[in-house]
Amino acid sequence: MRDVYILGVGTTKFGELWDLSLRELASEAGLKAIMDAGIYAEDVDALYGANTSGGQFVDQEQIAALIADYSGITELNIPSIRIEAGSASGGAALMQAYLAVKSGQYSTVVVGGVEKMTDVPSEVATEIIGGSLDAEWETFFGATECSIAAMIARRHEFEGKAKRENYAMLPVISHKHASMNDTSHFKNVIKIEDVINASPVAEPLTVFDNAPISDGASALVISADLKKINNASHPIKIKSSSAANDFLSLHDRKSVDSFRAVKKSSDSALSLAGLDIGKIDALEIHDSYSIAALIQLEEILGKDAVKMTEGNDFYFNSSKPLNVSGGLKAHGNPLGTSGLYQAVEATVQLRGKAGQRQVKDPRNFLIHNMGGLGTTSVSTVIGVD
Amino acid sequence: MSSIVSYGSYIPRFRIRTEEIAKEWGENPENIKSGLFIHSKSVPGPDEDVLTISAEAAKNALRRTDLDKSKIGAIYVGSESHPYAVKPTSSILVEALGLTYDIHSADYEFACKAGTAAMQNVMAMVDSGQIENGMAIGADTSQGAPGDALEYSASAGGTAILIGKNGFADFNATLSFTTDTPDFWRREGEKYPSHGGRFTGEPAYFKHVLTGAKKMMDKMGTKPEDYDYAIFHQPNGKFPTRAAKMLGFNDEQVKDGLLTPYIGNTYSSSMIIGLSAVLDKAESGDRILGVAFGSGAGSDVFDMTVNDRVKSLKRERAKGVMEQVNNPIWIDYATYVKYRGKIIMRGA
Amino acid sequence: MSEVPRFWRESRHRYRLVGTRCTNCDTLYFPPRVICPTCRRESVGKMKEEEMSGAGEIYSFTVVHDGLEQFKMQIPYVMALVKMKEGPFLTAQIVDCSPEEVKIGTKVTATLRKVRSEGKAGIIQYGYKFTICP
Repeated sequence: MRDVYILGVGTTKFGELWDLSLRELASEAGLKAIMDAGIYAEDVDALYGANTSGGQFVDQEQIAALIADYSGITELNIPSIRIEAGSASGGAALMQAYLAVKSGQYSTVVVGGVEKMTDVPSEVATEIIGGSLDAEWETFFGATECSIAAMIARRHEFEGKAKRENYAMLPVISHKHASMNDTSHFKNVIKIEDVINASPVAEPLTVFDNAPISDGASALVISADLKKINNASHPIKIKSSSAANDFLSLHDRKSVDSFRAVKKSSDSALSLAGLDIGKIDALEIHDSYSIAALIQLEEILGKDAVKMTEGNDFYFNSSKPLNVSGGLKAHGNPLGTSGLYQAVEATVQLRGKAGQRQVKDPRNFLIHNMGGLGTTSVSTVIGVD
Repeated sequence: MSSIVSYGSYIPRFRIRTEEIAKEWGENPENIKSGLFIHSKSVPGPDEDVLTISAEAAKNALRRTDLDKSKIGAIYVGSESHPYAVKPTSSILVEALGLTYDIHSADYEFACKAGTAAMQNVMAMVDSGQIENGMAIGADTSQGAPGDALEYSASAGGTAILIGKNGFADFNATLSFTTDTPDFWRREGEKYPSHGGRFTGEPAYFKHVLTGAKKMMDKMGTKPEDYDYAIFHQPNGKFPTRAAKMLGFNDEQVKDGLLTPYIGNTYSSSMIIGLSAVLDKAESGDRILGVAFGSGAGSDVFDMTVNDRVKSLKRERAKGVMEQVNNPIWIDYATYVKYRGKIIMRGA
Repeated sequence: MSEVPRFWRESRHRYRLVGTRCTNCDTLYFPPRVICPTCRRESVGKMKEEEMSGAGEIYSFTVVHDGLEQFKMQIPYVMALVKMKEGPFLTAQIVDCSPEEVKIGTKVTATLRKVRSEGKAGIIQYGYKFTICP
């Protein structure tokens, strides 16, 4: 089967972007990706748009059609399809785009993610984010997504798997990296005590255990067209992409403090890429909640993960760089965009263009995007040959 | 004649003390406590209403008997604070309790005696053979206007009485006395009730309670000393104590059924929550007089005798009245007005 | 906008904890399911409704400070994963207690409460919550 490359990437700044609408965000990211790839609209065979809850945040469905329209490519009748998998929409869209190109159906595809979350008050955003839970049997009864994460944390701690400090460390790492990234939602550096002592959202989790409500869009151009790959300034290979799912609700799972879908998708992605975890130079994981990030690390890296939070292993200049972008926690979490921004960061890093936060000579990134809390899991390996 | 097969009550755990209310309105709590004889009252939680209270009371009644639920042929709920003006509480209860859909049901209203009016109807249906068993419930989450004397008393609670043949307490007789007496009312759409002040006393409460009780004793040829327990409608602690005294009952006969001083006036459950407390301890042979009063006005009177089947009653399967009375969560006035919807919320 | 049918359809499950038992593998499920996730096609037509007792214990919990608008009156409120005596786990609110009383392993019992309402004029949605056993 043919190889698929990322030819170009583009992203908006993440944050509370009061001046920009959903359509403006999407076209900005898309245009940047196309220009970065050195291609034109005529070269695009299809558009995949990732978006989690546009219908609720801005009353807009058919988001992919809107993106294509306002990106000025509708005259070309390019097929434009939205992919939704909760907050794993970005990762899922990247996987579908990758498969479409890999299969030979399309040669060059734009895959973009966008979420405009700040047009509604934060209480309403909390309700909408809860849409990734079971509406009838979790949200109806008062559960928020953070409350589910908190119950995972409580049980995880009760089982003796980790201490509060182990998962409180992960936002600290993300903030450190975000402080070196121009497009970050947050640029402040924080300490473990700040995380533990911040205002509680759902005990034991505080505001600093939660990724923020952000606006933002990111896009990639991917292609298997050898001519375009050769023309591109710095193509990066998508080595594999794999997904797995678990029960929608935490209360239906065999274990509430592990994410078996994460293990399944990451193992599968590594195996398809012909790599073992030791060959992965850096990780971008879905740190929507600190505890969720810790459990992902346990699934991907194994039991050493908890111990590793006690040292410096996860910083950009150390042995296992983690969320060098700043992660969802500090770079921002525009739901459906998150998985695509992870791929943008991996690409920029693999090109050696990440500036201050540049990982030293990386060859392979594993990115993990998640819908809900361990429900949908998409792992993608991006690297250089 | 029909009899009580089982019974159960539910009292919300939240309580507010007379002092908490009095201090907001510049009143001396000692005057209220001695004048109305109310120390505290129950407050429904923000997620409780007449339906949820009725359901819990009814579940307690069902726990105490092994009766097959499908043998319950009627359910009537008396209240002046049904959650819906139109949409019966009783129909929601049919589903909530898992009763048969082949059932008579309706909601009743007659101020504080709607629950006992429901009992009389169920008794008649059992006696006539229309149904084998029926459930009558009296429950309320009544409101007093802020600053009104009623704010000290209007509380929340419910009692379910399961009536059928071969129960543990026989109804010897029941009667009612009704006149057009406007002592207390609430107009359609109004949040708080109005009342006639001192007019609620002599021409309303005392006239109907005393007349009803006397008519019953005349009919049955009984005297106060023939009863082991007497329970009167209790809008406050003072009225029932005085009525009992005027009729010739002593404190021993009255004290077990007098709950308003601790939980306030539960309106449609008022007399029957007292009855429920008495049934928690009554023994075979005990004779009970119950007099309910509803403003507007009327009284429903019941003469009952506990029989030997009380020994096989599974009282311990549900929480008794005093156990619930003695399990409070105390709240302050601010929490009380928040829970009772007395503050203006956005979008409300 | 009223969503009456969507909530009405679940009444018996939410009022009385009626789940479904797969009679093929004898496992009880709550929330109710049409297909047993273990037996799959073998379970078709063999899922039977069954009411739970309401007894359970807390498996995990949290105290919610930043909660849903409909629950504002009760903030901070306790949400829990409850392991029911009959086996299933469910997600529910623990009421009539202070958060300090709630522990992993605490025995709880179901109570019927108002969960949500469609404003002051709309339908009231009732369902299970739990209280701590004395």
